[in-house]
Amino acid sequence: MHPPFSMVFATTLFGIGQGLFLALMTLQTYSNMHVLQIQDGPALYGWGAVWALAFLGVGLFSSTFHLGHPERAWRAVSQWRTSWLSREVILLPVLMALVFVYGGLQFMGWDIMFTAPGAPIDVSLSFVVGWLAVIVNIGLFVATGMIYAAIRFIQEWRCAMTPINYILLGTASGFLAATALATVMAPGQVGLLQDLTIILMVVAIAGKFAHLWRNGRIKYKSNVQTAIGIRHTKIQQKSMGFMGGSFNTKEFFSHKSVGFRNAVRWGFIVLAFAIPLITIIMTTNTTALIAAVVVMYIGLVMERWHFFASANHPQNLYYQTVG
Amino acid sequence: MTQLALVIDLNVCVGCHSCVTSCKQWNTSSYTSGSMTDLNPYDEDPNGTFFNRVQTFEVGEFPNTDTIHFPKSCLHCEDAPCVPVCPTGASHKREKDGIVLVDYDKCIGCGYCSWACPYGARELDPREKVMKKCTLCVDRIDDETLPEEQRKPSCVIHCPTNARLFGDVHDPDSEVSVAIRERGGYQLMPEQGTMPANHYLPRYKNKITIHEDELQREDNPLKKEGHLPDPGSRASSIEDYSSF
Repeated sequence: MHPPFSMVFATTLFGIGQGLFLALMTLQTYSNMHVLQIQDGPALYGWGAVWALAFLGVGLFSSTFHLGHPERAWRAVSQWRTSWLSREVILLPVLMALVFVYGGLQFMGWDIMFTAPGAPIDVSLSFVVGWLAVIVNIGLFVATGMIYAAIRFIQEWRCAMTPINYILLGTASGFLAATALATVMAPGQVGLLQDLTIILMVVAIAGKFAHLWRNGRIKYKSNVQTAIGIRHTKIQQKSMGFMGGSFNTKEFFSHKSVGFRNAVRWGFIVLAFAIPLITIIMTTNTTALIAAVVVMYIGLVMERWHFFASANHPQNLYYQTVG
Repeated sequence: MTQLALVIDLNVCVGCHSCVTSCKQWNTSSYTSGSMTDLNPYDEDPNGTFFNRVQTFEVGEFPNTDTIHFPKSCLHCEDAPCVPVCPTGASHKREKDGIVLVDYDKCIGCGYCSWACPYGARELDPREKVMKKCTLCVDRIDDETLPEEQRKPSCVIHCPTNARLFGDVHDPDSEVSVAIRERGGYQLMPEQGTMPANHYLPRYKNKITIHEDELQREDNPLKKEGHLPDPGSRASSIEDYSSF
């Protein structure tokens, strides 16, 4: 497939924004259960929500470049019964609205406490809104991953590892960003976030390698024999029927060599996995962590590029040679 | 249930591209498809939208090769995978006759349906930014002002060798169903489970099997002139050599 950069940026930005919000809610849940004492919590949650909203907003803006007619995008809410894309289009604005309300409650101090002081869990309005957002957040992760995993013809994507990796990579990058934020806003919580980030990153790296390993062993269902229905071991395309370009020759080929794809793979293994993991293990310095977030983001862009570019579409069997 | 479809006879297709050009001409001028954009048609790197292509494959190894001209358009799958993935409902399968269509006013041009089609039958129009595909010329089929015999897709009417048959594949006695049944009509990529409505009729060659002994007539009168085998003095009866 030809990697659409609008989608590469959108999915990576959604991931980091969603992961950042999950990190905030992890802290708030522990705090409301009295496991943690967080000083100046509302400021941390508020600014965290602003950053999460910024990532989601830029991702949404980026995704509109993928559409031929963004002015009609509202129509995409109609087919939620069958289309994962439609489900994503519904869940994203719902999540953004909930994060906006959550951040607003924290900033404005309008949080209402529902439980009496001393209850095992402090349930406040922001806590309820936050948990609603967590549910929508996970739904959005699944919807984003399933857009790709639902296409049964693209066997590289047709795999449980596709949505799992969207969740793991997004959450790991978001937790890394949350750790960087906490070094400024809530230094007391950096240790916990650091540990959680290390665990998530290790699991995410293992998940991505499992997906790469699985994709290296695919046995393709279709071949040129089934594509044209002729039983012979030697079939060669002599002409695709035209000598210019078409949507078929542009959209479904990465137009990059295997060597280039492998170089990108090594690039994201270093940038998205090795450097951020080593950084967060070694230090909790704010500057170093912000640099790690930036490096990991660049790595994730490469990872998403590789995810698209390494997918093989069966229609390519019909476009093997110009003629 | 009606399922309109094309049946393409690879045995008589000569690869003339008449279906390609007649399709482009009809659909780029019709009110249902909008124009089928051509970018840089007379310049470097031309790029355009077509609903139908004729491809050429070589089967076998020289000198024992067959050249297969292979017309390819939307197969109007009975379980069309491009329809449920559409987020807006623009991509739909018409209840009345099973034609897979795109509502160009609802299409947002996200391209998701083209990813979900294993045959590459859908093309995003580079200027109008909506997904386009073969409509089986619905504007001809539905047009009751046309004479009955012209309510067919343009490619079917223009094929000079009659390699394209058109009809209802759910009606067991239709021309297309009989052709599929009696001439081994098959579907493309059956392993993908899309159940294409369009079928292809395979190449066939008329052959007659002749065994070596059939080339020699047992009672060839010319043999009477030849040298007859000597039965030898030990032959017991006339039956041993009477057939010569």
